Amino acid sequence: MFETAIIVFREILEAAIVIGVIAAATQAIPNRNKWLLAGIFLGLLGAVLLAYLGSELSDFADGLGQELFNAGVVSIAVVMLAWQTIWMSTRGASISKDAKSTGLAIKEGQKALSVLLVIVGVAILREGSEIVIFLYGISASGAQANSMLLGGGIGLLSGVLVGFIIYTGLLHLPVRLFFKGTAILIAFLSAGMASQAANYLVQANKIPALVSPLWDLSSVLPNASLLGSFLQTLLGYNARPDGIQVVFYVVTLLTIFFAIKWLNHQNKRLTRKDAMS
Amino acid sequence: MKQSILLQIILSGFLYSSLVSAETLEYEITIKNHLFSPSEITIESGKKVVLMIDNQDATAEEFESYPLNREKLIRGKSRAKVFIGPLKPGRYPFFGEFFHETAQGMIIVK
Repeated sequence: MFETAIIVFREILEAAIVIGVIAAATQAIPNRNKWLLAGIFLGLLGAVLLAYLGSELSDFADGLGQELFNAGVVSIAVVMLAWQTIWMSTRGASISKDAKSTGLAIKEGQKALSVLLVIVGVAILREGSEIVIFLYGISASGAQANSMLLGGGIGLLSGVLVGFIIYTGLLHLPVRLFFKGTAILIAFLSAGMASQAANYLVQANKIPALVSPLWDLSSVLPNASLLGSFLQTLLGYNARPDGIQVVFYVVTLLTIFFAIKWLNHQNKRLTRKDAMS
Repeated sequence: MKQSILLQIILSGFLYSSLVSAETLEYEITIKNHLFSPSEITIESGKKVVLMIDNQDATAEEFESYPLNREKLIRGKSRAKVFIGPLKPGRYPFFGEFFHETAQGMIIVK
């Protein structure tokens, strides 16, 4: 039972952290809960579908369908998270300051919510399908289904609890710190997932690992440890990354950083022009 | 410092492309009763190899290794392949996440 709880908890941790952060980031937008629930529902639906249809997927692309699918799904999350943090750091901040009911705010808010839907759906889809396959396999083998179900439930609840703690923790921050903090967290989540995408592609033999590993901190802070796996999701920490993973990570962070710089620069120029005319 | 890392990355990129043209050796691993067999595989350092994993159990298993940086779901009664390497000499443990009490194995690189 405990085994099952731990396995389910570990699978769900990543989805829980992502959802906790992104739900906090979109907290002030009207109708957010509806979109969040829709994302969770679609993610669960997709996870069950994927678990049932997935054997075709695994055989696809010469047995590497799983890696390519995961790389694709993670890449979608990278783009969405990047968009979210860029939006928060350029438009979102000013909108939340102004009247929330203006047409522009609603239109912009809808964009952020559709991004929320995709991020949440994708996070649940990926981890959820593994849990479904794991639990289905055990129940099909006739092992103690009840204690397994209980274990799965405990793992699920603990995972959700961690997500909820992150969510409320972020909401208790002072407003300025909250915007900066969540924007930075999302940028790191995005970079960490980019590094994961690189890992899937290396595993499928589609891109070179470059240096493997670039560094080795597994004796200091292994990814297997609780703190290690937590930091892995939150910041993309890897004790033994391939060179290419670090390249993906850094390029994603830099892209987000310079996009924000550039857009803020453009915005300032526009407001200055408005003021002059 | 930064430049030397960059240089290392570029150089190893070239090194890699010369390696990938060489053929990739295959190693067969079977999962039965939540045990890997063989549970130890010795491979040559600096070479990319592919593990062909045949899960004969009805339950799914997840091939996982932190030092190898690998994680792959293998459904019940199905096969999967996992590319590893090129690796430095050493011992690289792996395990089946879903039944890790019994499913343990080791890649030895010489």
